[in-house]
Amino acid sequence: MKKVAPKARKGTLRRILKYVGKYPLSLVGSVFFAVLSVAGSLLVPVFFGDAIDCIIGKGNIDKDGLIFNFIAVGISAGVSALAQWLGSLCNNRISCNVVRDIRKDAFDKIGNLPLQYVDTHPHGDTVSRVVADADQFADGLLMGFTQFITGVLTILGTIGFMLLTNWKIGLVVVLVTPLSLLVARFVATHTHKFFKEQTETRGEQTAFTEEAIGGLKTVQAFAHEDENNAKFNEINKRLEKASLKATFYSSLTNPSTRFINNLVYALVALIGAFSVIGGGFTVGGLTKFLSYANQYTKPFNEITGVITELKSAFVCASRIFELIDEQAEISDKENKELGEVQGNVLLENVAFSYVKDKPLIEDFSLQVAPGQRVAIVGRTGSGKTTLINLLMRFYDVDGGVVKVEGEDVRALTRKSLRSNYGMVLQETWLKNGTVRENLKLGKPDATDEEMIAAAKAAHAHSFIKRMEKGYDTVLSDGGALSEGQKQLLCIARIMLTKPPMLILDEATSSIDTRTELKISDAFSKLMEGRTSFVVAHRLSTIVHSDCILVMESGHVVEQGTHKQLLAKGGAYATLYNKQFS
Amino acid sequence: MKKILTYFKPYKWQSLLGPLFKLLEATFELLVPFVVAAIVDNGIANADKSYVVWACVILAAFGLFGFGFSVLAQYFSARAATGVCADVRSDLFRKIQSLSYKDIDKMGEATMLTRMTGDVDKLQTGINLFLRLFLRSPFIVFGAMICALIIDLKTFGIFAVTIVALAIVVYAVMLICMPLYKKTQGDLDKVLLSTRENLSGARVIRAFCMEDAERKQFDERNNKLNKSSKFVGAIAAITNPLTYALINCAIIWLIWSGAIRVETGILTTGSVIALYNLMSQILIELIKLANLIVTVAKAAASGNRIEAVLKMQPSLDVIDSQAAEGEKEEKSDEPFIVFDGVSLRYTEGADEALENISFTVNKGETIGVIGGTGSGKTTLVNLIPHFYDVSGGQVRVNGKDVREKDLQPFLRECIGVVPQKAKLFKGSIRDNLLWGRADATDEELMAAARIAQAEEVILGKGGLDAPVEQGGKNFSGGQKQRLTIARAVARNPEILILDDSSSALDYATDAELRKAIRSLNTTTFIVSQRTSSVRDADKIIVLDDGKAVGIGTHSELMESCAVYREIYHSQYQDGEEGGAA
Repeated sequence: MKKVAPKARKGTLRRILKYVGKYPLSLVGSVFFAVLSVAGSLLVPVFFGDAIDCIIGKGNIDKDGLIFNFIAVGISAGVSALAQWLGSLCNNRISCNVVRDIRKDAFDKIGNLPLQYVDTHPHGDTVSRVVADADQFADGLLMGFTQFITGVLTILGTIGFMLLTNWKIGLVVVLVTPLSLLVARFVATHTHKFFKEQTETRGEQTAFTEEAIGGLKTVQAFAHEDENNAKFNEINKRLEKASLKATFYSSLTNPSTRFINNLVYALVALIGAFSVIGGGFTVGGLTKFLSYANQYTKPFNEITGVITELKSAFVCASRIFELIDEQAEISDKENKELGEVQGNVLLENVAFSYVKDKPLIEDFSLQVAPGQRVAIVGRTGSGKTTLINLLMRFYDVDGGVVKVEGEDVRALTRKSLRSNYGMVLQETWLKNGTVRENLKLGKPDATDEEMIAAAKAAHAHSFIKRMEKGYDTVLSDGGALSEGQKQLLCIARIMLTKPPMLILDEATSSIDTRTELKISDAFSKLMEGRTSFVVAHRLSTIVHSDCILVMESGHVVEQGTHKQLLAKGGAYATLYNKQFS
Repeated sequence: MKKILTYFKPYKWQSLLGPLFKLLEATFELLVPFVVAAIVDNGIANADKSYVVWACVILAAFGLFGFGFSVLAQYFSARAATGVCADVRSDLFRKIQSLSYKDIDKMGEATMLTRMTGDVDKLQTGINLFLRLFLRSPFIVFGAMICALIIDLKTFGIFAVTIVALAIVVYAVMLICMPLYKKTQGDLDKVLLSTRENLSGARVIRAFCMEDAERKQFDERNNKLNKSSKFVGAIAAITNPLTYALINCAIIWLIWSGAIRVETGILTTGSVIALYNLMSQILIELIKLANLIVTVAKAAASGNRIEAVLKMQPSLDVIDSQAAEGEKEEKSDEPFIVFDGVSLRYTEGADEALENISFTVNKGETIGVIGGTGSGKTTLVNLIPHFYDVSGGQVRVNGKDVREKDLQPFLRECIGVVPQKAKLFKGSIRDNLLWGRADATDEELMAAARIAQAEEVILGKGGLDAPVEQGGKNFSGGQKQRLTIARAVARNPEILILDDSSSALDYATDAELRKAIRSLNTTTFIVSQRTSSVRDADKIIVLDDGKAVGIGTHSELMESCAVYREIYHSQYQDGEEGGAA
């Protein structure tokens, strides 16, 4: 957990209140029922004390008084219990709804985040903000509402009652009890470093475990289990030690505060008993007082707990807010829809870089006519994939302009632009869901016949059929599919949507050459009349392109057909010959 | 939970002393009402001030003892909890490492990781709480009851009925809530899935303009989570008010029956007060208990999940060598490696991944395995080190079935495997290479690196001591592949298996690599999609959909095997025209 500056914390509180403020009825209910339940629970010992005062001694019992007090107890306890439950419902409603709303805002933001953010921030961190942090925030909020309000009310109520019943004893209690707060705080600040140590060691262990489990097959292949066990146990021992310290020292809070409470209790008994002996105070009154002394110190313990909980809830909330506050993509609400697409794409003097002082693409121009096949080749890091990021408007250009059908893509809605492209990437992504859902991703209303035809064209049908439940097999985390099979599914997806323009970024890199050759017919058919951009590592797949761009560090160094470039004997020819030597 | 319980054995003293000291602390708490009763009946009734002072000093002393005992209790509980969990973690890690490939595939990395981290943490919190508090509450409840009996035997009925009623309430609420909590957790998992997918699949989702659909799905899941957590919260919140109401009813009953007996002179007022205090203590403990139950039940659920892993039997068959003795005699002079009618299916009912494959390999031969994506190449070579069990037929090495116990050390130590996914581990390059053979000298490592064409990689990074980041992030795909090959070669294996491990190398480096490996005279399996990688092999096995469609040398297969010819031509098109089929 990161530290949050006090100023940020203030802002966080205001924003939390804004979310909470959306449920004013529950909020009012929460406070109302809290007052009711505390009042009831404070009255109960009063009536019990009076009831005990009705028992005077042998043969001397005030039965009417007893019954009256019992009825009073019944009513106050009943009201208190009911109010407590209704209050819980309100609190529960507030915390659940607030967290739902915050999660929704966070998720909406994720959908609008620029890809720059998605690409550069670890996904695990963002997920834990939306899931774990939000959960912890909900717990803290709920605890805050239920225990903080009732705790404070109980303390105030008890002080009032005590001072009213016997101000001298009351004053003693009020003055001594805050000691327990001090003790709790002392323990908390001194255990912090142990907790930090525990967290760090745990992080180290998790990282090691993650690596060991991720590479488990390799570990086994090299019989490296014993070495790993030794390393793991070494970290584990340290974690055990750190964990013991953190657990033990933090668990001292309760005994210490309880000790102080017990001292207060003894003190009340002493002064109370003296008062009774000296007259002016009854045994029932003493009973009342003792039970108050118990009730009064308990919320102090709870509040100390709640404060720690609330602090971490605040940190969690601020982490979610950080996500919600991320700069969203520039809105495209006002933008035009892209109309009928022929396939005219134009890049004019485009400049772009991921990092400001490291220029990547500079002064890049390219004109593509409808139906043209453009191939892009070059080494890793030469800017091929970046070009695709710009075409799809995953990133915006720093200079120059990208136009489709003569329209600047920045003036179009992203949706209308992207729906005209079909994209297959080297890094396959499959949704957790059935094969069918994955194939119909781009065209949910496609019939099964269309889907199967597309799968057949992509040569995916035969292996899908062999899966446990065929098209209804659920793929979770890609399941047991090989990279190549995943790519075939992604290709089938495009074969089904048939968009006017295509982007294939190393789309067949994991597919064996024989299958690649088999689906190349289907690809050729698909590309016919469609403007397409193909990035390929294997040059055999692009020899038929209308235009081949050879890129080197963000610039086009050669441009032409396969024949022209080969004849030229430049960079392309070298690349090509290297593959077939 | 049975298995987890055995982990308490080394910590049996701590596990006993923790609760024991807690009980001692509780005993002092239970004695408090007696002292208060004595103050009322003796001190106040006789106006004996020194008696009151002494009684209050005893109260304070009880507090001090209680504090001391509870500190000891906290220490021993923390000791036991952290110790048990450290051992559980260690065993869990060991167990996970011993799982077979099949189990790993089935369970998935994410599950294993959460078991190792989140579940064990929850278990630790649960054990700690259990030792500290869970035993304390019933003890106080029953202790209070016994104390009440000592004061007045007649109150037995009241206490018994109350305690049973309260137990029923707590138990019933828990029984209803447990499955609901489980369901809520499931709903939360769905929310997590949505979030994670929208990050990992940001490009695809946006390319297919699925943002709105995804948002809708998230909202649905989020609302479902909201509803189920509100529901379970509402039910769980009944516990406190209900126990509160019940206890107050019981107190009314108690005071009433006490009053009647005070009237007849059987009981003193002080005793009634003591009984009242005892009942209040029961209330406080039960409320604590109810709050604890959720945490402990969650820990128990985690414990069960951990136990499920600990109980897993590695699914690989190992057969007793003695039993196989008879057959072994006849086969002692057969070739080095024999595949005898081998079939394999991954799960019952699925199609066969390998079908009736037979071939033999002599020592020192190079075997090429070629075939399309998903044709079973990796599966085939994974059978040699016995990573998977065959479902039919037999794999024999040195005349012994790979399932034979005697053969396991050979399989673990004398086979060098280079898996498809090149995995490096955090540490230095040397650390990684030493995985092959722990006692290899730097010269031997560099020699292995030269064979693997990895010398320049190592020198380029600054030598064997150059750091490797987690997952080998600071190396490119090709560099990783070469280092993983060096790792396998470093072990001087008798069988070397290269599973498509030169895919990221250019053709020239690949050729150098093969030449160097040939010079080792090791029995080598080369799995590849490239015909160029296998064409010099002594024997090439052509796989198609799990069947061996051709076995022979390159020239034989060019003659006889249509699939091999297709693969060959798909990679060697003569210049412009696409070669074949």
